[in-house]
Amino acid sequence: MSLAVKAVGIRKSFGAHEVLKGLDLDVAYGEVLCILGPSGSGKSTFLRCINHLETPNGGYVWVDGAIMGYELSSGALQELPVKRLRAQQSRLGMVFQHFNLFAHRTVLGNVIEGPMVVRGLKRAEAEARAMELLEQVGMAGKASSYPSQLSGGQKQRVAIARALAMEPRVMLFDEPTSALDPELVGEVLEVMRALARGGTTMIVVTHEIGFAREVADRVVVMIEGEIREKGVPGDVLSNPTDPRVRSFLSRVLA
Amino acid sequence: MDIMSHAAPKTTATLSLADLPGPNVAVRRLRHPGRWVSGGIVLLLLAVIGRAFAVGQIQWPVVGQFLTAGVIVTGFGWTLLISACALALGVVLGFAFGIMRLSENPILRFAAWLYVWIFRGTPVLLQLLIWFNIALVFPRLYIPGLVDERMVDVVTPFVAAVLGLGVNEGSYLTEVVRGGIGSVDKGQTEAAHTLGMTPGQTMRRIILPQTLRLILPVLGNSAIGMLKFSSLAATIAMGEMLNAAQRIYFINGAVIELLFVCAVWYLAGTTVLSIGQYYLERHFGRDASTATAERSWFKGWARRPATPEEA
Ligand SMILES: Nc1ncnc2c1ncn2[C@@H]1O[C@H](COP(=O)(O)OP(=O)(O)OP(=O)(O)O)[C@@H](O)[C@H]1O
Ligand SMILES: [Mg+2]
Repeated sequence: MSLAVKAVGIRKSFGAHEVLKGLDLDVAYGEVLCILGPSGSGKSTFLRCINHLETPNGGYVWVDGAIMGYELSSGALQELPVKRLRAQQSRLGMVFQHFNLFAHRTVLGNVIEGPMVVRGLKRAEAEARAMELLEQVGMAGKASSYPSQLSGGQKQRVAIARALAMEPRVMLFDEPTSALDPELVGEVLEVMRALARGGTTMIVVTHEIGFAREVADRVVVMIEGEIREKGVPGDVLSNPTDPRVRSFLSRVLA
Repeated sequence: MDIMSHAAPKTTATLSLADLPGPNVAVRRLRHPGRWVSGGIVLLLLAVIGRAFAVGQIQWPVVGQFLTAGVIVTGFGWTLLISACALALGVVLGFAFGIMRLSENPILRFAAWLYVWIFRGTPVLLQLLIWFNIALVFPRLYIPGLVDERMVDVVTPFVAAVLGLGVNEGSYLTEVVRGGIGSVDKGQTEAAHTLGMTPGQTMRRIILPQTLRLILPVLGNSAIGMLKFSSLAATIAMGEMLNAAQRIYFINGAVIELLFVCAVWYLAGTTVLSIGQYYLERHFGRDASTATAERSWFKGWARRPATPEEA
């Protein structure tokens, strides 16, 4: 198994509040990893450190052959100019809890924005590719709608297509179904299951234990900025060793 | 305890179910005699005021005669030109400093704050006079290899008017642009970054288009305000419409007649702008993501809505 992502000793503080206390994580190509943990344990912050939406205060993330945000030069990490950081970031697709669609662009416009602006694709080419992706997430029929005209589940499926349009090596999901009405959760999880079946490398922060059990190759459980448990879902979810992980899981599985 | 019986109003006599009318029962609307009375009073007042002006010491033929006089029309042309140039300058400055206000660089932020502090904090008439007399401070304008001229030749009344009004307007628009940018949700910026868009691309393609839509109503009001404020340039010997009118009434003494001529032209100008604003907003509001489409053009008459900071 070749590695896609390797996080080494990630630390992050906001002021005096240490949110991440030195996290290590390996994710292989084709793997689906779910991150579980109580609210405030630092799951989102960790995900945002992986793609450098937050700059870690310590440690680094290696993605697909390069260290995010830095260049190794004579034994030290030299910070990269923002343009090169963005190029690195575009290799990680990100799906947000609150969708974050571009409100002034149509569904199609949202999906072609990255390929046209960042990768320099011609409009026709970008649109053809975007329509394939929208087909894949079941949103082709709404290509000319604006985000404000969509339901939450539809918005999130468009957001997934938008991230996929950059042909990322890894997809990151930060609680993609937490802002959705219960009856809309299924359609988004279905799209994610299909991605997982297709071999997409995915790191998913989620509260959907059922999804983790069914789809994840591995799960990690974070408590107060540390990874307290990791392994295959069957082991971790059924008989966790760490007492705090056990109490967290007994609460969410109840 | 029976809560319902407490909630029911005691004043209405009970209506038993047997007495309830059928579904097609006639409905009599409440009458509003007060509306007729107040409407009548207002109409009466309008008639009184209208009559007062009609029979007052105004020679209406003179008003009509000067309405299309060459000097006045040329003056109105200058009024429009000053307004347009000053508004353009104000928009450019507003965007430049508005973006600077949100810069990561504290010195740029401070510079933008200073600009707003100075130019929003002093009267625009004063600023006009200072620009007009700037030659007293800097007798020569000297930029190596570019310009070397006497300041009085560079800062003509027209230039002083455009600078004075435009720089002042820019200080207001800076705050508006800042508020507009701030109101575009941060998540969209993050999404753009994860797609690999640079800060410049994000600003141009994601944030500014949405900001523009938000500040369009304000820009409409700015245009209307600018048309009126350009009359201040009359004080610095700029031959715009009010100045032209003044020069005429100094000679013929028809003071109020010529001021009314100006009023007619200003009203015509602001009316056209208001209508334009209405259609512009409707055009830009079409994706239903903003509520500007429903605004009626006459609601846009206030000078400007408070920026988030003022509100
Ligand atoms: N930008 C920030 N500034 C200050 N504190 C922050 C910031 N972002 C996160 N935090 C703090 O870091 C801690 C971890 O936040 P984080 O959002 O990573 O938790 P989470 O595990 O994703 O929780 P949830 O399940 O509620 O999303 C919280 O205490 C939060 O208040
Ligand atoms: Mg979170």
